[in-house]
Amino acid sequence: MSEIRVCAVSDLGDPGRKVVDVNGQEIGIFRLGEEVFAYLNSCPHLDGPVCQGKILPLALEAVGEDLTSSGRVFSKTQMNVICPWHGFEFDIRTGEHPTNKRIKLRKVKTQVVDGEIFVAPLRPRATPL
Amino acid sequence: MLERVPKKPLRELPEITVASDTRDYLARAARQARDTDDYELLVDIDAHLQEGGFFHEIIELMENDVLKQTAQSMMRPGSLPLINMQPGMSFQSLAGRVPHQSGPQETTEDPTVAGHRFVQIVRRTIDSMGLDYQVIFPTAMLHLGMNPMEEIEVELARAYSRWLVERILPEDKRIIALLYLPFNSPLECEKLVRDYGDKPGIVGFTVCAVRHKPVHHNQYMRLYSMIQETGKPLVFHAGPHWDDPSFAQLNRFISMHALSFVHYNLIHMTNWIINALPERFPKLKVAWVESGLAWVPFLMQRLDHEVMMRQSEAPGLKRLPSDYMREMYYSSQPLERNDLEMLAMTMKKINADTQLMFASDWPHWDFDPPSSITTLPFLSEQAKRNILGLNAARVFNLPVKRLRPRARDVIAAQQERAAQ
Repeated sequence: MSEIRVCAVSDLGDPGRKVVDVNGQEIGIFRLGEEVFAYLNSCPHLDGPVCQGKILPLALEAVGEDLTSSGRVFSKTQMNVICPWHGFEFDIRTGEHPTNKRIKLRKVKTQVVDGEIFVAPLRPRATPL
Repeated sequence: MLERVPKKPLRELPEITVASDTRDYLARAARQARDTDDYELLVDIDAHLQEGGFFHEIIELMENDVLKQTAQSMMRPGSLPLINMQPGMSFQSLAGRVPHQSGPQETTEDPTVAGHRFVQIVRRTIDSMGLDYQVIFPTAMLHLGMNPMEEIEVELARAYSRWLVERILPEDKRIIALLYLPFNSPLECEKLVRDYGDKPGIVGFTVCAVRHKPVHHNQYMRLYSMIQETGKPLVFHAGPHWDDPSFAQLNRFISMHALSFVHYNLIHMTNWIINALPERFPKLKVAWVESGLAWVPFLMQRLDHEVMMRQSEAPGLKRLPSDYMREMYYSSQPLERNDLEMLAMTMKKINADTQLMFASDWPHWDFDPPSSITTLPFLSEQAKRNILGLNAARVFNLPVKRLRPRARDVIAAQQERAAQ
């Protein structure tokens, strides 16, 4: 299958995202810095529109060396996309759920050529939990 | 091969927000509904009104003029006068991660043409999920059992019932509801059953389970007899309540939510069984809603174990607690699907084929679409059809007659909207 141009990297914010319908296949394209990632817009939980959800940093429990907690803080390095149906979160870089890494988004091949983002659509596969 | 310009322009899908149209939220559910398009009937036995946008209409129907004036004096856009919820403690939407919990804020059509705004939104939901019927429950009013002013529960229960019966249910027969019983006032429950129990679209009666009232108390026996006489079910709807003293130890919403819903149904079911109410009301259909299913086999084992040793404290029982519990009805949501082996055993133990009814809980954050049932690998095709509709038809006395549009027509309408 040919790779299809979606947009320029500079068209996306940082972090940024665009979800497009490519011949009936919904694909979310994400930008973090100069990196670009793409996934099918289908949550592995119950097929929700995961790529259309909120983007927020990973929440962490701030446990000190003395093993006491000072509460929750946002990660400075990891951004998640969050399925708006039920709140399942996925690391934008890996597509993995933070707690159960066996649950992950289905990756779509991308490449950036001359600042333009291309995606190679997949055959959709319904694999709810 | 790199294709610099797509053959046709790519359609962009926007971020889902609190203002998104229900049909956009549930577009993927509409596609899933193709899998159940040939099912005889699909019934969702638990979905919710978010009262915020409609509470002024309910207050307008209050009968006590002092309480009505009190409520009206407190009314602000989106506010919930007389409701004993702490607005600052509403964490359901996961800090905005699950936006539909905070709605509805979508636009609807002119109500003089397209019907009541709430009816329009429900139609969008049930068409998208491929449902013939949806049973509507309140949301904020689920807490009224803990309101220290008993007359407020009575007043709002009556106003809500009238709002349903006069304004909502007549507009679409696919929307059905249960009467909210002001359970802290047994005589008022009886009056409500008499006044509204036989109105079109009222298919049963609900006790919102968040309360400290023993369901076996003698003051309720006449009410249960009345309900049994109607042939309609009595439904215990669970809910959260962080102010319960034990739960005050829990420091996160997730902890309270995981335990609280189950907690109240555990207590009410235990009282119901140990006091042998199934023996006293053998024809009363009793259903337990919104606690998932994992609590049921736990309680079956626990009560069976204790009853074998302490029969003198449960002398009304002629069978084991689990025997009675297997004859009750349960709603599916929130279905614990992470361990399918345990879920399969749970469903076997509750006779899910005949006793389980699908519930979405839409638009709440932990809703389940019908695919939560159709994708379970251990259920037979007939069991799926039963759980998704035929069991509810039996419990709620609904005709098995298709009312929903074809899935392909719903999808085509959505595609047309998206193209505009």
